Amino acid sequence: MNKCLSRLFAIMRKEVQQLARDRLTFGMIIGIPLLQILLFGYAINTDVRHLRAAVADVAQTQLSRRLVAAVQASQVVDVLKQVDTPARLEALLDRGEIAVGIVIPRDFERRLQRTRQPDGRRAAQLLVDGSDPLVLAAARGLTSLQLHQETQHADPPAVPLFEVRNFYNPERRSAVFVVPGLIGVILTMTMAMFTAVAIVRERERGNLEMLINTPVKSMELMVGKVLPYVFIGLVQVTLILLLGMLLFHVPLNGLVRDVYLAALVFIAANLTLGLLISTLAQTQFQAMQMTIFFFLPSILLSGFMFPFEGMPRIARYIAEVLPLTHFVRLIRGIMLRGAALGSLYGELAALFVFMLVTLILAAIRFRKRLD
Amino acid sequence: MIGSLAIRANGLTRSFGKLVAVDHIDLAIPRNVIYGFLGPNGSGKSTTIRMLCGLLMPSAGEAEVLGLRMPDEAEALKQKIGYMTQRFSLYEDLTVHENLEFVARIYCLSPARRVTRIEELLEIYQLAGRARQYAGTLSGGEKQRLALAAATLHQPELLFLDEPTSAVDPQSRRDFWETLFQLVDAGTTILVSTHYMDEAERCHRLAILEHGVIRAEGSPQYLLENMNALVVEVHVQQSRQVRAELRALPEVLSVAQLGMVLRVLVQRELADPLAVVQGVIDRAGISAQARITAPSLEDVFVTATSLPQAGSVIAEAGG
Repeated sequence: MNKCLSRLFAIMRKEVQQLARDRLTFGMIIGIPLLQILLFGYAINTDVRHLRAAVADVAQTQLSRRLVAAVQASQVVDVLKQVDTPARLEALLDRGEIAVGIVIPRDFERRLQRTRQPDGRRAAQLLVDGSDPLVLAAARGLTSLQLHQETQHADPPAVPLFEVRNFYNPERRSAVFVVPGLIGVILTMTMAMFTAVAIVRERERGNLEMLINTPVKSMELMVGKVLPYVFIGLVQVTLILLLGMLLFHVPLNGLVRDVYLAALVFIAANLTLGLLISTLAQTQFQAMQMTIFFFLPSILLSGFMFPFEGMPRIARYIAEVLPLTHFVRLIRGIMLRGAALGSLYGELAALFVFMLVTLILAAIRFRKRLD
Repeated sequence: MIGSLAIRANGLTRSFGKLVAVDHIDLAIPRNVIYGFLGPNGSGKSTTIRMLCGLLMPSAGEAEVLGLRMPDEAEALKQKIGYMTQRFSLYEDLTVHENLEFVARIYCLSPARRVTRIEELLEIYQLAGRARQYAGTLSGGEKQRLALAAATLHQPELLFLDEPTSAVDPQSRRDFWETLFQLVDAGTTILVSTHYMDEAERCHRLAILEHGVIRAEGSPQYLLENMNALVVEVHVQQSRQVRAELRALPEVLSVAQLGMVLRVLVQRELADPLAVVQGVIDRAGISAQARITAPSLEDVFVTATSLPQAGSVIAEAGG
């Protein structure tokens, strides 16, 4: 037992020495989380504002000008241009100069009075570049705009059916939503890739040929190589948590302990995935390709970027297999909703099942290799 | 021969699908010698060594290495053997010292022993000045010395060397063999695989392998003396036609040209082998004198591997 630990320690020590020397990889360990959190925190925003817009105000009345002013005031669009005809708007839309065109027809005021009637046609029209669904959704928001026409009508203004109370993210900041999931994305990318590459490298460079004739057992080799990366994973988690809290005021409503426990389980799941990849790949390049093959569906289907609810059934089934899906639910639950880890046992169990299955597959593949 | 055998094998066989890589090999390698496996690529040298290390399961037959049955007791064997791979297999991004330190920990040397042993090895293998240098930046000879240092760090009783000097200049090769003899003097048994004649010549005993079969076995001296052919040498300038004619003769085993000299291997049983060669030369109208000359190990190798029937020169006992 004592001897066993000495060998394990030797492998870990060597791995850390190599890692410390490999400046590029070392830089990536810090660089990837840093870059991602800055990108996702500052650059990526799903709350769309300031769309470029133009107006074709054919009516040219006081009321139509008030409508334009109200739209402008919403900050959803910036009115950059006034044109004469709707056709001009379409041309601008075609050329990509604007994302939204506002058409106010000649009989705007008459239409406005009739909107409440059953056959009522809308008073004005929005031409929207629907090629980006986020833009379309933002433009749709404009349709709920109310124009107070105190002079014209005695009708009370329409009252919306629902009032929305925003839980967990009252200021509607994307960073709050994105940063917890980002922990999972970064761990998926780095953990699986680093372990797979580290093990394949040993084979590719012939080191395994030497090790195989020493008393080192394959279990010692695997665990010894993987353990330093667990530590690195935890460092990355800490880095993202700190940056998220300092720069973007992401709340941590649950327990710090729960965050780390969930992260540990998730790291373990990704390391076993890395092990499995290492038994399949012959070269480091192949190992990297396989990680990306796994990484892309993870990032797209896990609910990290796009809501799970909008996906077709088959995509949801695939997503349920991916560990990131479960981790995103776990970490958002803990950090944003302040849920206890115990109450999310379903997601934890899914991660454990994934870990077990990949570990068994990796063990089978590894045994086949030797002979 | 002192003591028991280091390696004993009976009918050791390994096939990969339809290919029989090693075909019923018998081995009896005494302790304290350098034993060579001489053979071309694909002759089964590496496969045999792998089975003896317990890395490969034999398809048939049995092997006993240092008194341990293979592959069942392979784990126990690993602490007692050293293995030097053909390609440099230590870590190029670690320093010489770090590599040795790593290997020392893998073999569980005590911390105190680790320090003294590494110092000792750096001294023996003239690497003291290179201790802080990355292994990747060493020359071919230095890399090889480092690999040998690592393979012998835990003072194994048995050392396997897989084509150890393929990437090394002649001077380094000489020095390397000098070190091997020192190891044998200190009580190590060494099994080396090679396809270089000059390396094979230095071994105490040799097995010539071809297609997974031992074609000849014994000390180099014994193999030279008991070769199944005679070597006839002729100085000729226009050799093309002579060569072709000689090759056509059934009693001629091989014809090789070394500069101006034709080296002809003729069956030993012939009454007058010289006359056979001389006849061809005379008929070609060339005035040259054929004469019998001393065989080299290469001649032994060619003879052993060109005979249609296997095992013609297998010796009962070494010289």
